Amino acid sequence: MKLAPRARVIAGAAAVALLLAAPFGLKPYGIYLLSLWAVMTIAAIGLNLTLGYAGQISLAQASFVGIGAYTAALLTTQGWPLWAAFALATALSFAIGWLLGYPALRVQHHYLAFVTLSFATLVFLILRNEEWLTKGVYGISNIPRPTVLGWSTQAPIDFYFFCLGVLALVSAATGWLIRSPWGRAFTALRENPIRASSLGVDTRRYTLMAFAIGSALGGVAGVLYAPLVQFIEPTAFALGLSFSLLLMVIVGGSGYFLGPFLGAAVSVLLPEWLRFSEGLYLIVYALFVMILVAMCPSGLIGLAERLRRPAAIATPKPVPRDDGNGSS
Amino acid sequence: MAALLEVRNLAKSFGGISAVADVSFDVYAGEILGLIGPNGSGKSTLFNCILGQLAPSAGEVRADGRPITGMRPCDLNRLGIGRTFQLLQVFPQLSVRENLILAGQEHLGSMWSRLAGPHDAGLTGTANRMIEFFRLAAVAEERAGALSYGQQKLLDVAMAFMAGPRLVLLDEPAGGVNPAMLVDLRERLREINATEKATFVVIEHNMEFVMSLCTRILVLAEGRIIAEGAPEAVRGNRDVIEAYLGR
Amino acid sequence: MADFLQLLVAGLATGGIYALAAIGFVLLWQTSQTINFAQGEFVMVPAFFVLAAMKLGGVSFPVAMLVGLLVSAAVLGVLFKRLVVDPVLRHGVLPLVISTIALAIFLKEAVKEFYAADAQPFPAAWATTNLAIGTAVVSAQSLVIIAVAAAAVALLQYFLHGTRTGRCMQATAQNPGLARILGIPVERMILYTFLINAALVALASFLVSPIYLAKFTNGELLGLAAFVAAIVGGFNQVRGAIVGGLLLGVIDNFVAAYLSAQYRAAIPLLLLIVVILVRPQGLVGRAEERTV
Repeated sequence: MKLAPRARVIAGAAAVALLLAAPFGLKPYGIYLLSLWAVMTIAAIGLNLTLGYAGQISLAQASFVGIGAYTAALLTTQGWPLWAAFALATALSFAIGWLLGYPALRVQHHYLAFVTLSFATLVFLILRNEEWLTKGVYGISNIPRPTVLGWSTQAPIDFYFFCLGVLALVSAATGWLIRSPWGRAFTALRENPIRASSLGVDTRRYTLMAFAIGSALGGVAGVLYAPLVQFIEPTAFALGLSFSLLLMVIVGGSGYFLGPFLGAAVSVLLPEWLRFSEGLYLIVYALFVMILVAMCPSGLIGLAERLRRPAAIATPKPVPRDDGNGSS
Repeated sequence: MAALLEVRNLAKSFGGISAVADVSFDVYAGEILGLIGPNGSGKSTLFNCILGQLAPSAGEVRADGRPITGMRPCDLNRLGIGRTFQLLQVFPQLSVRENLILAGQEHLGSMWSRLAGPHDAGLTGTANRMIEFFRLAAVAEERAGALSYGQQKLLDVAMAFMAGPRLVLLDEPAGGVNPAMLVDLRERLREINATEKATFVVIEHNMEFVMSLCTRILVLAEGRIIAEGAPEAVRGNRDVIEAYLGR
Repeated sequence: MADFLQLLVAGLATGGIYALAAIGFVLLWQTSQTINFAQGEFVMVPAFFVLAAMKLGGVSFPVAMLVGLLVSAAVLGVLFKRLVVDPVLRHGVLPLVISTIALAIFLKEAVKEFYAADAQPFPAAWATTNLAIGTAVVSAQSLVIIAVAAAAVALLQYFLHGTRTGRCMQATAQNPGLARILGIPVERMILYTFLINAALVALASFLVSPIYLAKFTNGELLGLAAFVAAIVGGFNQVRGAIVGGLLLGVIDNFVAAYLSAQYRAAIPLLLLIVVILVRPQGLVGRAEERTV
């Protein structure tokens, strides 16, 4: 959203102040929700890179969160420090993302969606079946919270600030990435891959990179998730979470920097608001998404932008079938 | 004089329909080659085959003697061959300057140097020169989608030149541009051709534009070359007139 | 040998069901660039229409099946097109994929919430006896499924190639712009495709639910099978969907029996990766033009 520079700084400062002050007025469950929001935002930021910038649908983001979570759980319950888990999970998720995307992106555009769908099924099976490693459906419990430079994050408030810190780092890194030539190339990929290619943008390589980085961020979120909930089991990382993350990015506004923050907030809070209706919240959420996509595919932020700037020129997107030319 | 681009026996069919059949020609460094012909004669298809958007059914394309048939467009760009599209293709959400920087950044260094290097890939200077040259200074910070059609066209052409290509294929650059800007466009192209030693191949329907800009003309009809030569010679050629007007 | 025949027949039966779902999926993609991520849920839902008709309407099973078919045509055909696809498709293919993912969630949760969370028995329209062929014991159910699926496909192929409407539909699928110029009512042809898909998924539903019971989670695996079958066979061909479906069903059964039942659901991924690497246009598909 393009607010005036001064207004942006003030709004940003206010938001940060709110995030820092919020936990002090909340009960432990409220603080847990805030931490969960931070963790989900990290995963959504990753998916936003893949979907919002490179224009690819990944249905395996939850699997990468799972890979990160299990890496953290297995390492820290054996006494390893959390930063080792961060390093390993990030590298692992990046590599797997690369391997998965490489064949899929050689072919048609939408194959990645199906490949990630199948991969998500495979990962769930591995997590559930390989009990010698993951303890299967019994899960891994008593996952410890880290001590950062002598400061223990055991208490809910302390762990929340830890999550917030990681989120701040991830946001800064992603922001830097988006402003770099890579970010420009990603935007070009999404807006007009044919033109981008004719300008020398290696679309395959950049798309793959966006997907791999996005998956790596999923892994980072997972490493944070494990000590947050302190007990993990396979069903938490099944397709349901992948769908959830996808919808988060869409609802917030895919391709916008702040989209994931907003989308994660909606997604984490919605079940709480709709607590009275129990199972209905998913139905309501799904309906909401369908209506939103029909009316305003650029999500809530896109909607807000459109309300602020009704005369904004909408350039029609070229339909994928077209090769960019008329007949001549 | 060695040819910059050699096209040999290029053919392209879609199913049973032959769009381009047995086309051969050379493009020499420094010239402005015009490619004209009635609608459906295969001009854009020919471009797409040369530039990697389509894989030709037969034939060969060589640049500086090296075969480039079927190479991906992004790789061709790095060899110094660029293009513009018939349907306007700028990046509407990016500013004019950002569009230009994007157009030039992939030419420099590697992917990793681009990540580690400055945000503008060192191209702000070049982009500013382009903005000056194409007189887009007033709208340099605007989103490209907000520009007028004629301005977007100029930006489109400017983008094709950001990487300093030696050969640019322009697909109907004059389409939809008002006469005043057309004169401007032609002057810009002539200047780049002279100072940057850039070679052009131009598809156009606007006869006046083509005749006044190009040094040599090829005429395509039903997928084949039916005439070639200096503008005046082609203009008076019987076959060409018949191809346009029908028998 | 007896086991082999048994597995083969069972595999072809499952494959036949996958093929039906995959054909509908491919048809939607061909004619209207609709990637229906809810295809699996589309196969899950019609069974519940039937069960609801019997439970709430008190009608007999055959009547309920008819009701199920008609409601499917209306909801999964017409309503789906008018309410979900049309408003979103103008924004592009990607938003439509998102929308159908949301639709899949909606259908799944709605069935779980408003009908039942546990598996419901679904009556079979035929005897569930077993036949003896040589030393093999083959379930009549499998044979019936194969026969019905084959008949449906044959009928569809005849319709598409032998009737004027069918050929118009094919023309619409190959080149909508040209079809419009030729005077073909393209919108109506696209609607027919949606109706055909609704019929195909309803049929698949009636065939699969007696075996696996009607459960709200059925859509997940069936959807995955439909997508992979379509891609493996060749995304742009109905014939490909048939080949892909049968192949997937047979391989699935054999691997489950001889290798590992636990990793059965991993077969689609492996098959997908292999096909993409070795023959990206699918087993039967034509090599498409490179997009970029």
